[in-house]
Amino acid sequence: MYQYNEFDRAFLATRNRQFRAQVERRIDGSLTEDEFKPLRLMNGLYLQLHAYMLRVAIPYGTLNGAKMRQLAMIADRWDKGYGHFTTRQNIQYNWPHLRDVPDMLDALAEVEMHAIQTSGNTIRNVTADHFAGAAADELADPRPVAELLRQWSTDHPEFQFLPRKFKIAVTGAAADRAVIRAHDIGIQIVARNRETGYRIIIGGGLGRTPMVGMVLTDFLPEVDLLPYCEAIVSTYNLLGRRDNKYKARIKVTLHENGIDTIRALVEARFAELRPRFSGVDQAMLRGIEAQFAPPVFRDGDTAAFEAARANPVFRAWADTNLSAHRNPNYAIVSVSLKKHGATPGDATSDQMRALADIAQRFGHDELRISHEQNVILPHVHKADLPAVHAALKAADLATANIGLISDIIACPGMDYCALATARSIPVAQEIALRFEELKLEHEVGPLKIKISGCINACGHHHVGHIGILGLDRAGIENYQITLGGDGTETTVIGERAGPGFSAAQIVPAVERLVMAYLDLRTGPHETFIAAYRRLGLSPFKAALYPEARANAA
Amino acid sequence: MSHRFTPKVVTANALLEGDAVWLTADDRWTRDISEAELIEDEAHGQIRLLDAMAQAGTVVGAYLADVKPGAHGPEPLHFREAFRTRGPSNYAHGKQETA
Repeated sequence: MYQYNEFDRAFLATRNRQFRAQVERRIDGSLTEDEFKPLRLMNGLYLQLHAYMLRVAIPYGTLNGAKMRQLAMIADRWDKGYGHFTTRQNIQYNWPHLRDVPDMLDALAEVEMHAIQTSGNTIRNVTADHFAGAAADELADPRPVAELLRQWSTDHPEFQFLPRKFKIAVTGAAADRAVIRAHDIGIQIVARNRETGYRIIIGGGLGRTPMVGMVLTDFLPEVDLLPYCEAIVSTYNLLGRRDNKYKARIKVTLHENGIDTIRALVEARFAELRPRFSGVDQAMLRGIEAQFAPPVFRDGDTAAFEAARANPVFRAWADTNLSAHRNPNYAIVSVSLKKHGATPGDATSDQMRALADIAQRFGHDELRISHEQNVILPHVHKADLPAVHAALKAADLATANIGLISDIIACPGMDYCALATARSIPVAQEIALRFEELKLEHEVGPLKIKISGCINACGHHHVGHIGILGLDRAGIENYQITLGGDGTETTVIGERAGPGFSAAQIVPAVERLVMAYLDLRTGPHETFIAAYRRLGLSPFKAALYPEARANAA
Repeated sequence: MSHRFTPKVVTANALLEGDAVWLTADDRWTRDISEAELIEDEAHGQIRLLDAMAQAGTVVGAYLADVKPGAHGPEPLHFREAFRTRGPSNYAHGKQETA
């Protein structure tokens, strides 16, 4: 894991000192809210529906036990004993008081964390594949590159006032677990003739105008990464629209100008910038890479794991929550923060401490936060899995539902967010409880439901197999369904199924969809998304709107 | 033809705690919407909103919200405003905590 150097520590200490003074000046009346708001947003402090909210970056989703423990301490000391993990690998505290925020930021700095650039029209937290450094299918660990980009983009003087926010995601595998095609820049580490380089995708994004990113270049040599990214953001900074915030993201710039024009502009800017990069960035990258050296994996037999599989509870968990590790003696453990009926992505401070303990004892002190709002133990020796499962169970963290219907992404929605048009969390809770009651989710198999409480799509509804968008229709919460979305390497924006449903109708509507799928599939091997691709919208639409079919008959 | 004025309250978030507050007729900020001043005249509403916006050391983001008169005082019309009187639906946090 990257360790701060003197420069990082001094920079953060200065910023925190400045913000402390800004908060004091706001409280004593020297600063107006108009003056203070951009300053607090630069430091991740929002004002929401019921309280302030502090959004803390977890760079590329990577934590260790000490960081997780400190997040728990902050939750207990200055919040309400829990935190909410988001789809951009951040943690949000929903209840801080303004006076306490400078202390919270100092506490974060103690473990080399901060909330800088988690808001505003800047380059946001750089995210990465949550299986980074562990996945069996990975070409290279994306985190050193993500860290290099984090350092380059943090307080970058040219990019503090972009036309709109700017999000970068990196993956080192062909299987896309970081939704790189729905980011402003998506980076995939690739190899060509045994040379490492990057596929650069730009202009993806969800929100009001969902678009799948386009490939800007299929192969960028490793040494060119920073000047090329700088050329992209610099081109966007000049060309991006500042007249209309709904058209200000790079996806619209790309759409309005065309990929060829953008590519030509980026190449021209790159030609100017390239000579200014002396190679210091590459020397730094080598240093960062050394800090992400893989742990020393342990040998030893995995008989304990095989023996534990006789226990059906353990087996069910192992079947859904484990993924293939690049070391065959190891497994990647996904810890579900989606217990049926719980708030997706929330962890109590006790759970955070339990995760820190388990990571330190059994997981080479590594933890990850996934964009799907779960926690990952990336390196667990298979012989330790029964003990890990028992420890997770003791912390109420052993729900066996990864990738299933109750593993729902949901944004905070109108329970917290000032921008929301409807609630998301209760819909997620009710869907999970309903399918738990029906005891159907293992039979239904892989199915991704994603819920957003407004058009900004923090809940990724466009790329859910079933997407749910909460809207305000004449003063009543209304939920629109999209179908067939996909957030992986085969990204597709879902299709709107038809008129929305009321809060009381939305769970039965989802149930009708799932029942229709069970009837329509060729067999248990055909997943929901596969059946949808084979059959198209029409039979699912008929299940959603039976009255329309009855009326037509 | 005169349009019917929907009654209003002045609401904002408290500067220090961030929670929802409403302006009372005697110029206090209350955490309980039923104590808020019911504004039934558009011009008076604008004046009260200006009064609220002048209190930048106490509150943030003052605005007028639609209400209806109830037995115990103003009641929110829109669900968003109703949530602001309570707190989130997933935990008994916010105003539900002390209620």
